[in-house]
Amino acid sequence: MRRVLYLLPVLIFVGLTVLFLKGLTMDPREIPSVLIDRPVPEMALAPLPGRGAESGLASADLKGRVSVVNIYGSWCIACVQEHPTLMALKSRGEVPIHGIDWRDDPEQGAAWLKKHGDPYQRVGSDPAPGRAAVDFGVTGAPESFIVDRNGIIRYKHVGPITPDNWRKTLLPIIRELEK
Amino acid sequence: MRHLVLGVLLLGLCAASPAWAVNPDEMLKDPAKEARARDLGRELRCVVCQNQSIDDSDADLARDLRLIVRERIDLGDSDNDVRRFLVERYGDYVLLKPPFKSSTLVLWLGPPVLLLGAAATVALFYRRRRRTTVPPAVEVPLSPEEQRRLDRLLKESGQ
Repeated sequence: MRRVLYLLPVLIFVGLTVLFLKGLTMDPREIPSVLIDRPVPEMALAPLPGRGAESGLASADLKGRVSVVNIYGSWCIACVQEHPTLMALKSRGEVPIHGIDWRDDPEQGAAWLKKHGDPYQRVGSDPAPGRAAVDFGVTGAPESFIVDRNGIIRYKHVGPITPDNWRKTLLPIIRELEK
Repeated sequence: MRHLVLGVLLLGLCAASPAWAVNPDEMLKDPAKEARARDLGRELRCVVCQNQSIDDSDADLARDLRLIVRERIDLGDSDNDVRRFLVERYGDYVLLKPPFKSSTLVLWLGPPVLLLGAAATVALFYRRRRRTTVPPAVEVPLSPEEQRRLDRLLKESGQ
């Protein structure tokens, strides 16, 4: 009994070390979203100039098919890194991707898509103070939401989509929802 | 004269308040509502910078949230309505002071429980040490049986 008591500080130290080491590997940007399993927020976002009058994004547009809603902005550096992956997804046509041009001048948002390619079916403009993004609980760009065919948010991905996390995490969820 | 200047400077330093990130163009015209917005802004987390309040932060999203808080207040929301509005979108995480509920029990009760446990351990340690080191204060007299044995031994050795 005595011996166990003397070992206790060592055990506590080891326990805390393991806890803190785990904390180091976690991404503090990943805040659990409260919107999972809730309907997409009410929105009716205007289209970007030059993309056609019918190409804006409203809540009703997200019903009928499993889709991905991607938050981007022409000011967003990580979005440039993510973009080739989205373009590849578009060319494979696996799932419709819609965009929200967050905190952005619509002209610049459209010009950015012209320069880097346009992977989106629909794009809604959400200029500052970004009400739609706040309704989605967005904390930064890029962020992506998987929406099921009833318009319910099922998954939130923080940070760029890469071929790797698409194959390992996002696509399996989409396939499951499409069943 | 020099002392006076120094005094005034020091007084100015004392009067200085921390610089909030709230810009003049964001403020509400009604000072009472603006004061409420400030109080709320100080207890709402900037979700990008994470350890600053939206009042402290220069992040764009913090500015957006400050504007939205003011918009809600102007629409007639109570302070609690504004908090609920943000919690519905960002979760309890957006509150710098986490609410007391079942999932935060460890957070709120952990420190007092640990403190009490530590105090109890220290108290127990000192009580046990006193008991083992202090010699018995009262001399216990020999029982009749022991007395007889002692007498016999003394008599034997006395031969």
